[in-house]
Amino acid sequence: MTDATAEAAAPSPPGAWRGAAWAMRRDLRLAMRSKAELGVQLLFYVIVVALVPLGVGPDPALLRALGPGVLWVAALLASLLALPRLFAMDFADGTLEQMALSPYPLPALISGKIAAHWLATGLPLVAASPLLGLQFGLGGDELTVLALGLLLGTPTLSLMGAVGAALTLGLRNGALLALLVLPLYVPILIFGAGAVDAVRTGLGATAELSLLAAALMASLVGATLAAAAAVRMALD
Amino acid sequence: MLESKQLAAQRGTATLFSGIDFKLAPGDALLVTGANGSGKTTLLRTAAGLCHAAQGTLSWRGVPVAPFDPDLRAAVTYIGHAAALKDELTAEENLASLASLHEGSAASDAIVAALALWSLERQRALPARALSMGQRRRIGLARLALVSRPLWILDEPAAALDTAGVALLCDMIGMHLARGGMAIIATHQDIALSGPSVRGLSLS
Repeated sequence: MTDATAEAAAPSPPGAWRGAAWAMRRDLRLAMRSKAELGVQLLFYVIVVALVPLGVGPDPALLRALGPGVLWVAALLASLLALPRLFAMDFADGTLEQMALSPYPLPALISGKIAAHWLATGLPLVAASPLLGLQFGLGGDELTVLALGLLLGTPTLSLMGAVGAALTLGLRNGALLALLVLPLYVPILIFGAGAVDAVRTGLGATAELSLLAAALMASLVGATLAAAAAVRMALD
Repeated sequence: MLESKQLAAQRGTATLFSGIDFKLAPGDALLVTGANGSGKTTLLRTAAGLCHAAQGTLSWRGVPVAPFDPDLRAAVTYIGHAAALKDELTAEENLASLASLHEGSAASDAIVAALALWSLERQRALPARALSMGQRRRIGLARLALVSRPLWILDEPAAALDTAGVALLCDMIGMHLARGGMAIIATHQDIALSGPSVRGLSLS
């Protein structure tokens, strides 16, 4: 009874940061071990974007008008493609229940997972987008705003997508995730593609970019808490 | 100390079990037996704070706890059917990752010692996908030596283990109880635990 094992007082509540760092480190390491799957997602993005000029013809004015929308829709679909990987495997192999029972706060662990997921799947899309934008004849300012918009928007997509991924845990039907999440993506698409259009028409993109940043801030808190609640529901 | 009063669980409309009362004081163990589908896993998950009970209350140190209660989380090691191993990571990485998730000691020499205890030193650098069921189970159980928690909840820990593994497991549980720890163990095989503090609970 004197032994520390049994009679140790409950440890002080461990830091949220350490929990987030644990999840992020682990998921990034796992992502590095399965690079092929990440490559598929980036390749999907590149191919979808490259197919559009082949379909609509080489009219420069038309391509320039279509460009922002096409790049954003392709980014939305590509990030949707990677979404089921976020929780499904951890749910199946029991990692998620161990995370829910860990002394770290579950929202912190989940935000670490989402951060790693974005670094592995969202950031490559952002990095590739200026190059793909050139294909549509977008100018320097437009490319900058496109990349900036995606930089603010894709983390929001990962965060909102995480809620959908957690809610559909344990369901056989993968298409449900798309139906659940795509409507949530609509405002991000509108402001993201709108920002590039605004620059093109000379209006300046500050308003759209601010709204994208605001959506990111709101979902940073709201989406992680909602995803954690949904994960606990799935385990019950 | 963990206490349950009139605990009941339901799956759909069927009642799995009801009216389960138990009380675990330091040094006590509860061996849960029962046929397949009798609700052993559900009872253990409820006790670990992973599931809501349909009825009844669970108290930890005299305070009623809801699922995912922070005090209970800080006190319990739950090892379920799924070993929570990643195929891509090596045995050593898997164990270190699990130990640090539960704030255990993840120092390299502690990990190596825990793997050696479970005769896994040769498999240390192998990815988990290359390991057998029994070896995967051993990695999960090696966590018991790294994460010190008063309450162990083990769901069929002897499944897929060989005779030497079962003997080692029984030794570890015995030492844990002798130190004033508590354990709830669901089992089909006879885990050779004896003593006045070991009680059985049969679900039907």
